[in-house]
Amino acid sequence: MSWVATIGLETHVQLRTESKMFCACSTGFGAAPNSHVCPVCLGYPGAMPVLNRKAVELTVRSGLMLGCDIPFYSKFDRKSYFYPDMPKNYQISQYDQPLCEGGGVDIVLEGQARRIALTRIHLEEDVGKSMHFRSSSGVDFNRAGVPLMEIVSDPDMHTPEEAIAYLTALKQILLYAEVSDCNLEEGNMRSDVNISIAREGATELGTKAEIKNMNTFRGVQSALRYEIARQIDVLEEGGRIVQETRRWDPDAEMTSSMRTKEDAHDYRYFPEPDLMPVVLTEAQIAAWRATLPEPPAARRERMVSEYGIPEYDAGVLAADKRVGDFFEAVARASGNGKAASNWIMTEMLRLLGDQEMEISDVRVTPEALAGLIGLVDSGALNSNSAKEVFAELFAHGGDPKAVVEAKGLTQVSDSGAIETFVQQAIDANPQSIEDFRNGKTQAAKFLVGQVMRLSKGKANPQMVGEMIERLLSSDD
Amino acid sequence: MSLDADGALAQAEEADRKRAAGEEASLLGIPVAIKDVLNVTGQPCTCGSQILQGYVAPYDATAIAKLRAAGAVFVGRTNMDEFAMGGTTENSSFQVTRNPHDLDCVPGGSSGGSAAAVGGGIALAALGSDTGGSIRQPASFCGCVGLKPTYGRISRYGLTAFASSLDQIGPMTHDVRDAAILLEAMAGVDPMDSTSVDQSVPVYTAALSGDLKGMTLGLPQEYFVEGVDPEVEAAVRAAVERCRELGAEIREVSLPHTEYAIATYYVIATAEASANLARFDGVRYGSRAEGGTDPIDMYGKTRAQGFGEEVKRRIILGTYVLSSGYHDAYYLTGQKVRTLIRCDFEQAFETCDAILTPVSPTAAYKIGEKINDPLQMYLGDMFTATVNLAGNCGLAVPCGKTSTGLPIGLQVIGPDFGEAQVLRVGHAYEQSEAAS
Repeated sequence: MSWVATIGLETHVQLRTESKMFCACSTGFGAAPNSHVCPVCLGYPGAMPVLNRKAVELTVRSGLMLGCDIPFYSKFDRKSYFYPDMPKNYQISQYDQPLCEGGGVDIVLEGQARRIALTRIHLEEDVGKSMHFRSSSGVDFNRAGVPLMEIVSDPDMHTPEEAIAYLTALKQILLYAEVSDCNLEEGNMRSDVNISIAREGATELGTKAEIKNMNTFRGVQSALRYEIARQIDVLEEGGRIVQETRRWDPDAEMTSSMRTKEDAHDYRYFPEPDLMPVVLTEAQIAAWRATLPEPPAARRERMVSEYGIPEYDAGVLAADKRVGDFFEAVARASGNGKAASNWIMTEMLRLLGDQEMEISDVRVTPEALAGLIGLVDSGALNSNSAKEVFAELFAHGGDPKAVVEAKGLTQVSDSGAIETFVQQAIDANPQSIEDFRNGKTQAAKFLVGQVMRLSKGKANPQMVGEMIERLLSSDD
Repeated sequence: MSLDADGALAQAEEADRKRAAGEEASLLGIPVAIKDVLNVTGQPCTCGSQILQGYVAPYDATAIAKLRAAGAVFVGRTNMDEFAMGGTTENSSFQVTRNPHDLDCVPGGSSGGSAAAVGGGIALAALGSDTGGSIRQPASFCGCVGLKPTYGRISRYGLTAFASSLDQIGPMTHDVRDAAILLEAMAGVDPMDSTSVDQSVPVYTAALSGDLKGMTLGLPQEYFVEGVDPEVEAAVRAAVERCRELGAEIREVSLPHTEYAIATYYVIATAEASANLARFDGVRYGSRAEGGTDPIDMYGKTRAQGFGEEVKRRIILGTYVLSSGYHDAYYLTGQKVRTLIRCDFEQAFETCDAILTPVSPTAAYKIGEKINDPLQMYLGDMFTATVNLAGNCGLAVPCGKTSTGLPIGLQVIGPDFGEAQVLRVGHAYEQSEAAS
């Protein structure tokens, strides 16, 4: 009999707010230690928290995107434990009445679509950062009080790959909702995983271990793979899994025990008396709902049907909301979704990748790319020239028509002019005519190439091909 | 606790300049003594505790900022029970404060320093804080006026928290009019305190009519029970009669859950205190014990050295009532009883405008007399803690003395934001006593 893993994730996401959750200090990353602090986020005597309304809005917005229920009444609680990075030695969090309940994340794995159920989303404050020096330690409190929402999944996943698909889809949705920068390097998205192993078909879950604080998706995947193998080894050798909290060491690529259940904290939750409960109205929630973007999964489906592009293309284009927005602007302006998709997928994303640029930095506008597609579609520009124009637009921006004129790239579709080029090519290569008549059809292609060279790439290649074919076939 | 002579003189000179320039403000040049629990920029704020040795406040509490704007001068800081935990000021870890009416007696607490300073004529006015009676009881012991405003009336921002859902700042003064003036200067909503209430601030001095015509005053039977000193009861009943003569109708009311108040208070207050005092760990400010081997060990040593007995007792009690397995039986039950106590007052105020009771079951007692009997000490809060639990307001006004010359206090309890009417009652009584 084989083993089945059950996995649940708790993901802490830093919200995109200017100021901290309970004071006016900046949330900016990378400032000098303890430069974004005040009596409130340092836990000075007498200082009191004041709730950042934007943090509530962004959390509810996330909940709405993820299909959560939004209760009209929610409250904050104090979670007590002692640690030097926590100024008040209690964290303001939400215990039994979070801002969002239920919901789910749609994933597609190996062609199979499924929905990972969410338990809840709550809002809490981040802690500071301990720093250790040769003979002393210090704490940087810049991060203390930064708003975090904790997205808790049900124990609803069974493989590391599913967990990664969940995190990837979640990140995409949060970026679409514009609630977080989801910048993993800056620790914007950190996950704890709960994992247990049971015999296939067993009705009860096994004893779980929690692995804390991984800030990369790869870390989550590696930790899960390691932990699944470790737990199966223990069970197959007749051992028992102890309920415990473990840490992931990314360098050693292994998990190790931090504390067992006996040493678990008793957080002594009670309602935060310094804050009023959060009371939301139906009208407020409806107003926030009205500003939500289309979710990425729905968008992919619509792109396929609306623009006639393959599912694969829709997946790539919709992965980043800004790329999807760019594509749709080009597709609408040009009326040619297929061409818009091709240009973005094969040229633009490649160049962006090569030059390590973001789509927000790109100089070519959707209107310019649509114009370029129009020039190709009308036969004014052949595809090779169009690539040259695109490169120019990508490097410097500007209007495609102006670029075409400046570079003298307008396609020659005048049959008289083309005939002149064709005649020149045939005259210069009499051998090719012989070859063609002897059945070597590639001779015609050679001649087309010669014409394109003579015309400096401007001749309409389709017209050239037809004309050569006609001349060679009719001349016997 | 500490004197800020240079700061006070500078403020006084500034007040003189303004006065000379014809500027007016309600407290221009008036010195106010501050309980050592409120943050005043540049001054120490020890809360009577070793653990805050060396801490200098980097900001003004909102109440302080408002008084400053009204021209008040902050001369110095008054003694208190450590972190406002106690009813005698004996729990201060720095100084002994004596009752100005009998130097062998306690001044009450926790705002004992402020009460002794005002009652002894050293200060014109003072600020206290009241979590279970810490303004009213010492005011009563020292023969001065003390007001615990409605929860949310004065911002708590900058008041070092003991029990956040019960704490209020209030004035301690020679007479009721002074209390009204100080309240008016400090009251009002504050964006820095989410629990402050956006309710307009009346001109409290305008409510001091000098009579009680048309008012109905309630007498709760539960506050005139065994354990109340007969001299105290007699003085309070005489004051009630005086109020009747001033035009008030007196009627019996009932506050049936009063007997559960002390238990409820000590569950909720200690639970909140156990979290509020967790921040005193030696990491960011205050004193730090040497020799810690790791952070948790350093906390343990710092807190063992820095906190006194009563504070430790309450932190442990509060930790216990919130801990897993006991939370529902204690903390949750406490919250439910609290609601019942609040409902008692709401019902009583349907039939009266204010309620008259003793402030404390006894007058001041000897220093050391009850310090080793915490339970007996806690019972002294039974007539005041109910008001903190319910969230409404209460005023202590002197109403005579015992045969040994110790002051007795009358408590005037009002409904939510009923400060104007309790001040009116206290003022009319006080003026008629003074005239007789």
